[in-house]
Amino acid sequence: MKRQDVQERIISVYIHRFDPTSDKKPRAVLYELAVEQGMTVLDGLHRIKETQDPTLAFRFSCRMGVCGSCAMLINGKPMLACNTQILDVTDKALTVAPLPNFRVVRDLVPDLAPLFKKHVQVNPYIVRTDGHEMESPSGEFIQTPEELIKYLQFTYCIKCGACVAACPTAATDENYLGPMALAQAYRYIVDSRDDGFHSRKSVVGADKAVFNCHYAGECSAVCPKGVDPARAIQFMKRELVRDYLLMRRHTAPLKARALNDKSKEKKTPLPVPPYTVDR
Amino acid sequence: MTDNKTSGNRLGVKGWFAGGRWGMERYIYAIHRLTGLGLLLFLTIHIFESSMRIYGAPVWERTMAFLDHPLFAAGEFLIIIGFAFHAINGLRLVFLELGFGVGKAIEPVYPYRTSVQVQRPLAIAVMILSALLIAAGGIDLFFIRP
Amino acid sequence: MNKTASWFWFIAAGVAVFIIGGLHMAVIHLDGIAGIFNPAGGSSLAWENVSGRNGSLVFAVSYVILLGAALYHGLYGLYNIVSELGISEKANGLLKKALLAAGVALFTVGAYAAFAARFITVS
Ligand code: SF4
Ligand code: FES
Repeated sequence: MKRQDVQERIISVYIHRFDPTSDKKPRAVLYELAVEQGMTVLDGLHRIKETQDPTLAFRFSCRMGVCGSCAMLINGKPMLACNTQILDVTDKALTVAPLPNFRVVRDLVPDLAPLFKKHVQVNPYIVRTDGHEMESPSGEFIQTPEELIKYLQFTYCIKCGACVAACPTAATDENYLGPMALAQAYRYIVDSRDDGFHSRKSVVGADKAVFNCHYAGECSAVCPKGVDPARAIQFMKRELVRDYLLMRRHTAPLKARALNDKSKEKKTPLPVPPYTVDR
Repeated sequence: MTDNKTSGNRLGVKGWFAGGRWGMERYIYAIHRLTGLGLLLFLTIHIFESSMRIYGAPVWERTMAFLDHPLFAAGEFLIIIGFAFHAINGLRLVFLELGFGVGKAIEPVYPYRTSVQVQRPLAIAVMILSALLIAAGGIDLFFIRP
Repeated sequence: MNKTASWFWFIAAGVAVFIIGGLHMAVIHLDGIAGIFNPAGGSSLAWENVSGRNGSLVFAVSYVILLGAALYHGLYGLYNIVSELGISEKANGLLKKALLAAGVALFTVGAYAAFAARFITVS
């Protein structure tokens, strides 16, 4: 960055504070913050905590958008505090509130436990029936790029809860399974190695689950990782309806292929990719 | 988990509209529900009101005379608005919720292009089409109806 | 009925309402513009037109299908909205039963009227 690009400005930061020992309701507290180019919301919170109010509580860990700890409501949108630069959002006033649709533990810290419980409900792992192969693998599972792309997008989820905070169904119903868990269920259902459609059906096809999504699209709009839960959920509805109409083809899950098994390999050798560095 | 005293922070029904900077699909979601509830209320009344026809012409004509009031005409127009919007948007939802028109799963590369953006033209078409139908119904109701 | 089945029929009923109900709305509300199925001309709600439609078996049957589909679609939607407000499981069960009863009652009234009206006009 060029030196003259670095500009500093003072902005007002309204932070919703909540102390369970003394407050009945969250209250907004105003801080003045000198913001410079490149400063993230998380940086700003740290600065306020260091220089103005050491009691401010917020949750973070990786500060690089991979752990999913720091999602909060930033000027009305659920976003990752570490992944959002203040000057991209505003150059005057910033409002930071805890993630809606979760209980607030303190200040900006939401209680994400219900989110994780729902995640567990959908068996978020590859389900297979060949126990022997799982215990003592005889080879590897080889997927085509087409098989990969079907679920790849949904694997990027970091369980930050921003989607649930944005969902209008989750806004009224705390028992709704929610976009995160539903997208994860679909992520495994379309995986060619997985055989868990029928075991997950009773969870995702039940009341308070996939059919309580009415496509408000907010989850996909706010997801910081581009997971697009709304897309996964609609695809899942299609799978369930197909299954109901007996139109769902049952494809056996991928078989492990021994490493030294050359029988199924194409005879033509793979082309050597071009060199990317000068030799 | 420790038994923390925590503040519930659910947005509630207000969250259908307020509580954040939301996209147009959320407002469509809310309007779809409200028009649906309105139409259901109307359907219940309509079943009884239109059943009056089994008592023959005089009763029917008296019922119609009773309903021939600007207040009911305004109500009728509300039904036209509700029905036009709910029907056209419902068609969009049928497509989307069966997994059509939301695009294929892709490798997400920033800036992300999500299913919401893919279906956005449909949402705009819903607005335009229902506005046209509402206009047609309004013209018929207020200007042409004999 | 599991949720997938009830949701599928909710969608199917919605499509049926879209088609039959759309026609119904066009007959009644676009009478000045489209003017379809109004044998006597003029207002779609004039007795001559109403009784003309009552006498037709196609109309009677389509009214009954529309009635059933609209009631199912509407009451299922109402159930969804209310149950999503976060009511207790017990209230949820009661709601289901109450809506089912209301649906059956309304369907009986409407279906009876559709056929009774037909006999009045025919005889
Ligand atoms: S889907 Fe996106 S918004 Fe939802 S928890 Fe995963 S990363 Fe966060
Ligand atoms: S701190 Fe890890 S995602 Fe923000």
